[in-house]
This record gives sequence, C-alpha cells and structure tokens, in this order.
Amino acid sequence: MTALKRTPLYEAHLAAGAKLVPFAGYEMPVTYSGLIDEHTAVRERVGLFDVSHMGEFEVTGPDTWAWLDRIVTNDCSKLADDGILYTVMCREDGTVVDDLLVSRMGPERALIVVNASNIDKDFAHMKRQVTGRVELVNRSDDWALIAVQGPRAHDLVKVTPMLAPVRGEVDGMAYYRWRAFDSNGVRMILSRTGYTGERGFEIFVPPAHARALWDELMTAGASMGVAPAGLGARDTLRFEAAMCLYGHELDDETSPLSAGLNWLVKLTKPAFTGRDALVREKEHGSKKKLLGLELEGRNIARQGFAVMHGNDVVGKVTSGTWSPTLKKSLCLAYVDADRVDADLAVQVRTAPVAAKRVAIPFYPSRARD
Amino acid sequence: MDFKNVRFTKDHEWVRFDSGDEVTIGITDFAAGELGDIVFVELPKVGASVTAHASMGTIEAVKTVADLFAPVGGVVTAINGALEHGPDLVNKDPYGDGWFVRVKMGDKKELDALMDHAAYQKLIGK
Repeated sequence: MTALKRTPLYEAHLAAGAKLVPFAGYEMPVTYSGLIDEHTAVRERVGLFDVSHMGEFEVTGPDTWAWLDRIVTNDCSKLADDGILYTVMCREDGTVVDDLLVSRMGPERALIVVNASNIDKDFAHMKRQVTGRVELVNRSDDWALIAVQGPRAHDLVKVTPMLAPVRGEVDGMAYYRWRAFDSNGVRMILSRTGYTGERGFEIFVPPAHARALWDELMTAGASMGVAPAGLGARDTLRFEAAMCLYGHELDDETSPLSAGLNWLVKLTKPAFTGRDALVREKEHGSKKKLLGLELEGRNIARQGFAVMHGNDVVGKVTSGTWSPTLKKSLCLAYVDADRVDADLAVQVRTAPVAAKRVAIPFYPSRARD
Repeated sequence: MDFKNVRFTKDHEWVRFDSGDEVTIGITDFAAGELGDIVFVELPKVGASVTAHASMGTIEAVKTVADLFAPVGGVVTAINGALEHGPDLVNKDPYGDGWFVRVKMGDKKELDALMDHAAYQKLIGK
C-alpha cells in the first residue's frame, strides 16, 4: 500500500477542521462543518471544493482533434475556440472507461480532465491508441483545481484579488466555456463548469499558488457566507442533479446508452472506439436503464441494494441518499428495461420498501442560468 | 455534563441510570460525529423486549447506516418521539434531547460490564 497523496490544500483543510478520508489515493476532506450545512451553503450561497485530485491530460500536435474524435463518443469538431465538452470514452465493447471534460485550448491543443480514480487506467487506454502526430502527457501534478459553486459564485470570483485579470469576463462567459489568464505571472484557467447543479466555476491553478487562491476566496467570500465543502456534499449535490459518478452510475461494465447519456454518443460520427457496439445496442435497445426512484419513508437506499418487483430482483441501486434539498429518500438505480414501469421496491436490508419512479434530475440544474 | 451515572459500550452507546431499574440510552458525541448528519432513526416500540448487545434499531446518516445496539437488556418504556421529525437532535445534543429510548432493566448487573467515562474516553483516544 502506497502512502496517500495530499493536495496543496491539505493544510488549509486541517486548519478548517475538516474530517479527512482516503479517496482515490488522496487524503481528501469529506466534511468540514457538516454535510448538510455545506450542501445548503452551495444551494443558497457559495461553496469551495478542493478537487485537485482530479487528473489532467494534455494532448498536443497537428492531429489532436481528429485523434480525440476517434477516442471519445461526443463530437469534438463542433467545439468553439473557448469551448468545453462533456463526453465519455469507451472500449470496443461500448463499456465506459471514464467520463471526461475536454477543453479546446487551441487548434493543436486539448486539456482533458479525468476522474482521479481512473488516471492510470485512462492514460494507458489512450496511450495504447495513440496514432499520428499526437502527444499525450499526464499533467495531473501540474494543476490544482478549486471549484467555486453556488448562486454567489460569480460575485465571489469578481472580488477575489488573484482573479482580477479575468473579472471583466465573468458575466459574459457562457456555460462550458473557459478563459486563460495571467495573474502576476501565474497562468490560471477559469472554467465555467461544475458538478453541483448550481452556477459556478472550476479554477485551474499551479499547485504552488493554490493555497493563496483558496485563502483569498475564503476571505473575499466571508460576507457572502462562503463555506468550504467536502466530498460528502459534492456527492449529494451531484446526486440531486443526477450527474453520473464513475464507480456508481458508470463503470467498466456499463454503456453510456443505458446510463441515459445518449446525448454524449454521436453515432453519426464515422468512427470512434466503441461505435459498433453502441450502434448495435441502439438498434436492439439497452438491457437496463438508469431510473430515479423515491422511497416511501426515510430509510436510505445505498449503493448495491437490490431493486425488487415482487420476489424478483430486477435492478440494483447505484447511489442513494436523503436529499438535503428535496427532503426525500431518493436513489438512482439500474432496472431491467422491461421492468421500468413495474411496481418496484428497494430491498433495504431485511425489508422491501416501496419505491416509485420519479423524473431525473431530481433537482433541475441551475448551472446554465 | 456530569457522567457519574453514565456508562458506555464499545459500540458507542451511553446508558444513564437515574433511579430504580430504568435507564436512558443514547449514542455518544463521538459516534454522532463519526456518523455525520443523522436523517432517520428507527427505534423499537414501547413494550418491546430488547437483549443486551443485540440490534434494537437503525440509525441512517446521509453517508452511512449503523445499527443501534441495546447496551443492556429489558423492556422499552419510552422512546424519544422528537427524533421522528428531528433526527438531527442526535447530532446537536447526543446526551440530552437526542436520547433514544428508556429501558426498564431485567438485570441491573449488566451495567457492571460497561465502561465508565474515563475508560470510554481512553477507548476513543481522548
């Protein structure tokens, strides 16, 4: 067992009284003041997340975009010069290697953000497929990443001294666009993305300057009620917005079509890894489907609990919690495609608990507002 | 809080004996902190018999679920109805308003097997 890595914000988390847990090889804050407090801060005000554990890859070279279009399922060719694309990358059999954000940094340069737990797997998967004039480099140790999320995120970014060079651009930035800027000689990237269902940004900063930026955001945000938020709140926030989490809704055995990510799969592209398998799945229909379920009562459906129709197991819970915003017991579950409209229950330890199908996302995202 | 009349289990429950055979049961501050935000507590019914060290209920927190073990055996004489709509009382006031049940003990000697406050503090490394 190798030692856990620490992000450049480790000391800041300790000083803020965080409870730290091992996650994807890092010692990460799971909560500070309390999960529900942090969740509420992001929904109502603004929260800061250390997501420096996320991986970053850089692809450069004349064939960058043609090559990426053969690796990922979504269409990179339509990206604006400052555009960002959410996509998955599949194996030949159509299963998901990872879900990714791809930023167009130039005609011959892409920045890719991958899940921390998948950095090695993703890099190997991509490296194996490198052809043409393409260079793939793992830049994960070159960037710290701070997410600023919530209705006051724009206000906070605008008053943070280190972000002054980009202040004038903040209001004009559309969802899924980025701006690179120089702050006293430090190159940073402001990205209008997030994982909470609220308006907000993710800020790429060199590790040596991450602590200064974090402290400035905390100070500048004090009057707005800014709160540091841990992995616990990150999970409940993304869950309410029904955003997939790798290891839960997505894994090495799941296709993006069964996860409801059809909008990321552009079968009209002539060729990409996994296309043939996904074309067949589209023709024949997915065997299972991701559903939102609301449980009767207040027991929580945890990952791995069985979904029942009478005495038959017809599905499996991928994520479930007590929704702090909606105050209901909700879960996401894969259910056999021919049973999605049946009477369903979730087996909570020894007893089945009735569960009705509800629309997802549970919480309509305000990220684009 | 005076812990003179309180005993603790290794499963992080506390038992307070006030007078006679009746005790009040809850979970410790440490346990509530480890569980995080508690959103639902499933308690036994008044009149139910509970057995020492056996599960008598469930504590659902946002991130995890835990069994509520009976620290001592006996018959449940009262449950904290306030937890039905205010399970967060367990996080806010674990030794006070966040109590779980009252039990009339079958055998008061069972208390002798439990830890006093000093021993429990040692267990949790305080």
